[in-house]
Amino acid sequence: MSLVLDVFSIAAICAGAFFFLAGTAGLLRFPDALTRLHALTKADNLGLGLVVLGLLPRAGGVLPALKLIAIWLLVLLASAIVSQLIGRAARRESRLQ
Amino acid sequence: MTSVTLFGLLGALLVGLGLFGLLVHPHPLRKILSFNLLGGGVFLLFGVVARRGAGAGLGGDPVPQALVITGLVVAFAATALAVVLLLRLFQESGSATLRTDAPAGKDAGGAADH
Amino acid sequence: MSWTLALEAGLAALVLGVAVWTLSVRQTFAAVVAFVVYGLALTLVWVRLSALDVALTEAAIGSGLTGVLLLGAAARLRATEADAVAERPGAGVRAAAAALAALVALALAAAVLYLPEPAHTLAPAAMAELPATGMRNAVTGVLMAYRAADTLLEKVVVLISLIGVWSLAQDKLWGGRPGLLHHADPDGALAFLARRLPPVGIVAGIYIAWLGADQPGGAFPGGTIIAAMWLLAMMAGVTDAPPISRRWLRLVLVAGPAVFLAVGFSGFFTAGAFLAYPVAYAKALIVVIEVGMVLTIAATLGLLMAGPPERSDKP
Repeated sequence: MSLVLDVFSIAAICAGAFFFLAGTAGLLRFPDALTRLHALTKADNLGLGLVVLGLLPRAGGVLPALKLIAIWLLVLLASAIVSQLIGRAARRESRLQ
Repeated sequence: MTSVTLFGLLGALLVGLGLFGLLVHPHPLRKILSFNLLGGGVFLLFGVVARRGAGAGLGGDPVPQALVITGLVVAFAATALAVVLLLRLFQESGSATLRTDAPAGKDAGGAADH
Repeated sequence: MSWTLALEAGLAALVLGVAVWTLSVRQTFAAVVAFVVYGLALTLVWVRLSALDVALTEAAIGSGLTGVLLLGAAARLRATEADAVAERPGAGVRAAAAALAALVALALAAAVLYLPEPAHTLAPAAMAELPATGMRNAVTGVLMAYRAADTLLEKVVVLISLIGVWSLAQDKLWGGRPGLLHHADPDGALAFLARRLPPVGIVAGIYIAWLGADQPGGAFPGGTIIAAMWLLAMMAGVTDAPPISRRWLRLVLVAGPAVFLAVGFSGFFTAGAFLAYPVAYAKALIVVIEVGMVLTIAATLGLLMAGPPERSDKP
């Protein structure tokens, strides 16, 4: 059983790392702010979510597992709001030019 | 080369980099940034000393770690004061330069205001 | 070379790279963003050095609050960047500065490589007396019991720096509200966040401060999170910065050092020395001090960020 859980953890964390890699590649290669934001949300939502999912079997109890999920939800909230604000500012700047 | 020595050398390099930036950048805000970089390196050196003092069931000597925590808070307070000084200089003289022969700013006539 | 050492070498290279980037990028705004990344990478280094309390404090204060402070300053000073470019020193000065910096770095590197073996440590002494303080986290024990005088002086120093910041206000604005009034669309995203996040943040801050007695945490990261929630509410325009002449504000600011001093002086009567705790009440006294500390840290750090008064309180 623990071997299955370990394999699940490793698979989920590797998948999460892949999404982080994809998000960073998008951040570096996309042409303007709005497309870069689009790439970053993939890293935040899916990447962090998969990493948290992979860490859940290793959390050591229900309360630490809930704390991990709470961290993911807070990062989701913060990144959503920040993406809105940056996107609005980027549009305003591009309209001024 | 253990990881502790690696981070110690990193701390030494960061101190050197921060010192270079402090001396070379003319803009005071960049100087403050470099000073914080230097501070990070100094704290890392403390952390290396703490890690080497691991024992008695702890991962590191707690006394240098407590000193670093105190140092971090005081460094922030000092940075805040430095930034406010810089903003006030900008407000008073219209430029954020540290040159002593800078031209008099817009408040030169109303010096009695402060 | 083991896997962990290779990963740590990668982490060290990342920190070094971001530091070089901070120094070399042209725009100050970009340099501050790089500095925030530097702080976060340093947090990872602290975790690798088994210093979790320091990692929490570095992430909160060293990277978070300092980054916000410098971002605000960089935005306000954008007009001065062009003049600064004209003042850049010549090649001779840069070479001399590089030589000096290299010399200092080499001296420190030599000090690191020739640190004494076996390492001097106070860990056994700290752990031996820890049960008497009622704490299980050794770093909190050092901060609140063994070197409590240092922590008391640190709180006073931060308070004095706040007074220094306030004293930079113009004479006619003394006693007014710090910072400029922030307007944000009350139906917008920032106002939404400023209404939803602070309750969670305050609970998280108190939780981390409370947990510091037994696990990594403590009053400093906890108070910083609460300060950040207050700053978020101020920046979104949901609440306004209080005028610095208000008595309740000044009482909150003084509460931490005052409680600390009171407990310290009571130590003369209960345990024979300044800041000595009687063993039976050690944990209770430390908790009382920490409550005052969290309150004062939140208020002081928040006000340090808000800056000197820039709006008069009088109508």
